[in-house]
Amino acid sequence: MKTNLKQKLLNKTALTMSGIALLYLVLCLMVYSGMASRQLLLVILPISCHIVLAVSLNLVVGFLGELSLGHAGFMSVGLFTGCLVSIATVDVLPMAVRIPLSMIIGGVAAAAVGLVVGLPALRLKGDYLAIVTLGCGEIIKNVINNLHIKKGPLAGVLDGALGLNTKTIYSNIKQLLPFLIVLVLLVVWVVLNIQKSRHGRAIMAIRDNRIAAEATGINVTYYKLMVFILAAFFAGMAGVLYGHGFSIIKSAEFGYNFSIELLIIVVFGGMGKVHGSVIAAILLYTLPEIVLREFSDYRMLAYSIVLIVIMLLSENRRFKEWKDSVSLKKLFKKMFKSKTAVAVTETDAKEGGADES
Amino acid sequence: MSHKEYVKEGSRMVPYPSGAIVPERDLNKTPVLEAMHLGIDFGGLTAVDDFSLTVGPTEIAGLIGPNGAGKTTVFNLLTNVYHPTRGNIMLNGYTTAGKTTAQVNQMGVARTFQNIRLFSNLSVLDNVKVGLHNEMKENLLSAMTHMFGYKKQEKQADERALELLDFFHMSSLAYDEAGSLPYGAQRRLEIVRALATSPKILLLDEPAAGMNPSETFELMENIRRIRDTFGIAVMLIEHDMKLVMSICEGICVLDHGKVIAKGTPEEIKANTRVIEAYLGKKTEE
Repeated sequence: MKTNLKQKLLNKTALTMSGIALLYLVLCLMVYSGMASRQLLLVILPISCHIVLAVSLNLVVGFLGELSLGHAGFMSVGLFTGCLVSIATVDVLPMAVRIPLSMIIGGVAAAAVGLVVGLPALRLKGDYLAIVTLGCGEIIKNVINNLHIKKGPLAGVLDGALGLNTKTIYSNIKQLLPFLIVLVLLVVWVVLNIQKSRHGRAIMAIRDNRIAAEATGINVTYYKLMVFILAAFFAGMAGVLYGHGFSIIKSAEFGYNFSIELLIIVVFGGMGKVHGSVIAAILLYTLPEIVLREFSDYRMLAYSIVLIVIMLLSENRRFKEWKDSVSLKKLFKKMFKSKTAVAVTETDAKEGGADES
Repeated sequence: MSHKEYVKEGSRMVPYPSGAIVPERDLNKTPVLEAMHLGIDFGGLTAVDDFSLTVGPTEIAGLIGPNGAGKTTVFNLLTNVYHPTRGNIMLNGYTTAGKTTAQVNQMGVARTFQNIRLFSNLSVLDNVKVGLHNEMKENLLSAMTHMFGYKKQEKQADERALELLDFFHMSSLAYDEAGSLPYGAQRRLEIVRALATSPKILLLDEPAAGMNPSETFELMENIRRIRDTFGIAVMLIEHDMKLVMSICEGICVLDHGKVIAKGTPEEIKANTRVIEAYLGKKTEE
């Protein structure tokens, strides 16, 4: 029983999930009690979306081992489709139904595009796939940038480069937070669960050795497509929520730079490490937005210097050793070890005592 | 499948179109694997030509030949990594033409690789569980939620994987990272992973490469045990003649992409063409 409990607590899934839940609990308390500063209120939505986007991109880059540079494209497909649905139904449906519905529709639309991109991309590997996904991301951006709705009930809502007018569906963070919490927890949970399943093992097997995976009976095509579709679905859902938090959305925001930003988060968080992506998403988003704001004009310069320093450190052996020595997991392990050690010595002492008597 | 036609090959009558190694013994059995006149060209180069071979159930067959003879190419043909330019492959009476490598594996062909190909970032146990992939019935929903029978499926897979690892005395390594294993253990793990797919024929590509004599001896025992325990056929490419001659019941010799001899170990040892292929022609003086 004791070891069972220990395993449960040390379980990576449980640890990550409870960490995120705790974080959001604190956020909830702050937001709903009115303690949160304006700045904090502003960053909750983008950070949560970045977490979902990074975790879903990690599915492609970290688990499947394919470099995708078009993740922002999938997000914007979901964003624009979902938000249009939401705008169209704003008078008909209450928010509690409208937002989840538009999220699902946005996610499905993004997944469909993921399928279309994934099909030809399956024949490509490495750099070539990166180029194709990069191109697809740009195509999506530019297509949306040139879309106009001129007739019908939604006339004028979407007007090319002027963007999507989301004023009618704008929701403040107090309204969006529950949806964000559910989405982040759901995505993190699902991705962590997949990792420890038959399907996750197959995906990671393809990453480690495609030829051996094929010879072991794994349908590589199926799994590559599945990962593409799933990642696009999650990205699309995050996009829909993102769209609800602003009064105007321009597709130009979600170009190459945005995809690279997400990739940086995944790389710094650690390939295939979900909790890493979550932490990196929070840190790397707040860094330029809050901490480096002091530097004003030199903000992005400072940001890139910080990125270089992190990159150098992550390859540094001594830093790694130091990092391992202070890692949370180790700390937990130590705590439990000392506790069980105490328990063992106690029982030993008892037995010893029994022997003596 | 019955053989009706026979052709003369060397001094023996051999069933046509198959290439039974020891016809007298294998004729009445349904072959597990039957390669018929396989050939493959890479551009203008013919890597393998007119390769016919039959492997019966529970037979240990050897495929030998000098370096560059096309042995690994044959394995790649048998697993549809390369699709043959000519000829046909039958597995238990079903053709593998047009199938993918993964489908051929599901039809009962498992293999190992000359240069070890493990899923090195996964644990030893997970490597074996990848092999159990198609046996597990966990659907995507239960994988995503870890509900709806997930626990039962994983438990069964864990038990089966540990059982298989135990067969090679590797269950103590189950939670190590596969890439960190010593060389010999990596080779064994590859075999375990292949066995996990419950094959009817196991193809081993140079399983004894880089092993010392005692490890080779252990491997020999293991191959026999695999055949006896799982009741499957084993076909191996190997350069270690001692190993090949002592465990193989039939041997096929390949040189320059062509079969130059087939037969029992004794016949192969005495075959002049084989000796020529390995050692060169005797000069007349």
